[in-house]
Amino acid sequence: MAQAVARPAAASRRRSGLARQEATFGYLFLLPWLIGLTVFVIGPMIGAFVLSFTPYSLGRPLTFNGGANFVRAFTADPQFYNAVGRTLNWAVIYVPLSIVGALLTAMLLNQGLKGTNIFRTIFFMPHLVPIVASVYIWTYLLNPKYGLVNEILFRITHVDPGPGWFASKDWALPGLIILGLWAAIGGNQMLIFLAGLQGVPKDLYEVADLDGANGWQKFRNITLPMISPTVFFNLVLGIIAALQTFSNAFVATNGGPAYATWFYSLHIYASAFQFGEYGYAAALAVIFFLVLVVLTTIQFQLQKRWVYYGGEVK
Amino acid sequence: MAQTVVGDYRSTRSASVGLRRALGRAALYTIAILLGFLLFAPILWGLISSFKPDTEIKLLPPVIFPSRWVPQNYVDVWTTKLFGVWTQNSVFIAVLATIGTVLTAALSGYSFARFRYPGRGVLFGLTIATLMLPDIVTLVPRFILFWELGWLNTYLPLIVPYWFGGTAFFIFLFRQFFMTIPTDLDEAAKIDGASYFQIFARIVLPLSGPVMATVAIIAFIDQWNSFLFPLTILNSPEKFTVSIGLRWFAISPSADSRPLDQLLLAGSMMMMAPIMVIFFCGQRYFVRGVVMSGIKG
Repeated sequence: MAQAVARPAAASRRRSGLARQEATFGYLFLLPWLIGLTVFVIGPMIGAFVLSFTPYSLGRPLTFNGGANFVRAFTADPQFYNAVGRTLNWAVIYVPLSIVGALLTAMLLNQGLKGTNIFRTIFFMPHLVPIVASVYIWTYLLNPKYGLVNEILFRITHVDPGPGWFASKDWALPGLIILGLWAAIGGNQMLIFLAGLQGVPKDLYEVADLDGANGWQKFRNITLPMISPTVFFNLVLGIIAALQTFSNAFVATNGGPAYATWFYSLHIYASAFQFGEYGYAAALAVIFFLVLVVLTTIQFQLQKRWVYYGGEVK
Repeated sequence: MAQTVVGDYRSTRSASVGLRRALGRAALYTIAILLGFLLFAPILWGLISSFKPDTEIKLLPPVIFPSRWVPQNYVDVWTTKLFGVWTQNSVFIAVLATIGTVLTAALSGYSFARFRYPGRGVLFGLTIATLMLPDIVTLVPRFILFWELGWLNTYLPLIVPYWFGGTAFFIFLFRQFFMTIPTDLDEAAKIDGASYFQIFARIVLPLSGPVMATVAIIAFIDQWNSFLFPLTILNSPEKFTVSIGLRWFAISPSADSRPLDQLLLAGSMMMMAPIMVIFFCGQRYFVRGVVMSGIKG
């Protein structure tokens, strides 16, 4: 103590030396990720912007064509607006259904039923089936002619023929939505909701009971505000995931029939890897990125009106 | 006195309330069982149908159970096409990428959790922001990068990036975990002259079993299921992973044009099996990881 008082200059020098050492090692531990972030995330991000102004294809020198790719996307690409429309159509139906479905499933598991762990595990299993495998299972189940689903529908309604599902341009999207919901309503989003529900303090409900609140009032005025941060989280990531949906449509329908499930990701993929137009595909990706930035910013602005953070433990 | 009042109040209503509650419970159990059946039935259908003779998956009207069980499908799936090779490839890629993810995401998470240095907040914010960056946006430039490096149709693009921090989500999980470990032990070790690397390797990592299990399980499942990126990188069938190879049962017919449906289903079940095993062994860790993603940092 006395020493420290006697030689404050030396102590502070030693402290700043330690701080510098700590900083050096901090960067050193972070080095792999700094490289990864630069080479595999930020670099490619910049690369996408640069490529979007070029007619690049593999092996060609980099030349610039101004905004020609963007002009083409908006004015001369017959599938561009179709892809945008199909993707929005998918997201607008699928995102709310999956979030409401996951929330209802989580609420069911939050009722203290006996065997809740077993139910949770069973509900979660579809989410674990690899997408490719689940697509094939459903391709058979939804086969318009031989599939079990149409057989059951026929026995109930006696309408023949039933929906054409992946073979029909009107039913392919509903088919993908069924597949998606099957995998989603007991999946990760549900687990996150469940954790949110379990974090709502029980005494709030007890107070509401004393006030004579009914089930809906308790849900509307206690549950929903208290779990609004989880709703927001699932909504933001759910929209991003839905807008870049690829594997299910690629495997089940390859974007068909007649481009009925030609999602935006398939359009990017086909432009690059089937037609070799990498510059154009990069421009499509940049448009997608900008739209997402705007969408996500809007959501972060709007959340101030409806997301309640007072319930967080921290 | 107060108790009797409450008691009277209850007894007048107890019969109807009790009945209603019992009915409500029964309804909830019914819904849960029905939902469980609906969600599980397709998997069960796939499992049963994978034992069908080759002509019975597309029958009119459809049958649920096979006329005779054909376990031979599970032998044939390995010898028709290159299923065995694809499985080896998937295991190879998934294991190496997972090891890289666990090690380097731990280092990065440790840096964010325990060290003070200029720019840490900005770098962490940037890391979290990449969680919201869709892979599809950078797909083309990454492909071109690996083409320039001469890495196409090799496993390097599927493994090497994961040795540089893995992904932001895992770094975040490690950081959150490390922030809960008290620093007393570090300080004590520091006084004993341990280096930062020694503290990390000998004190922090041995305490981090749970988070390492969480990251390893989720990373392995992600790798195993990965589809779009391997699809762009790998183009010769003997290099395929299971997830892109499986399609070949559907899109390339067999030499004698017999149906391959039963093998496609057997292959799907085989592909699912390791994921289910890992999930059941590590369910606790898996669920914890998913739940942590929903907690704001």
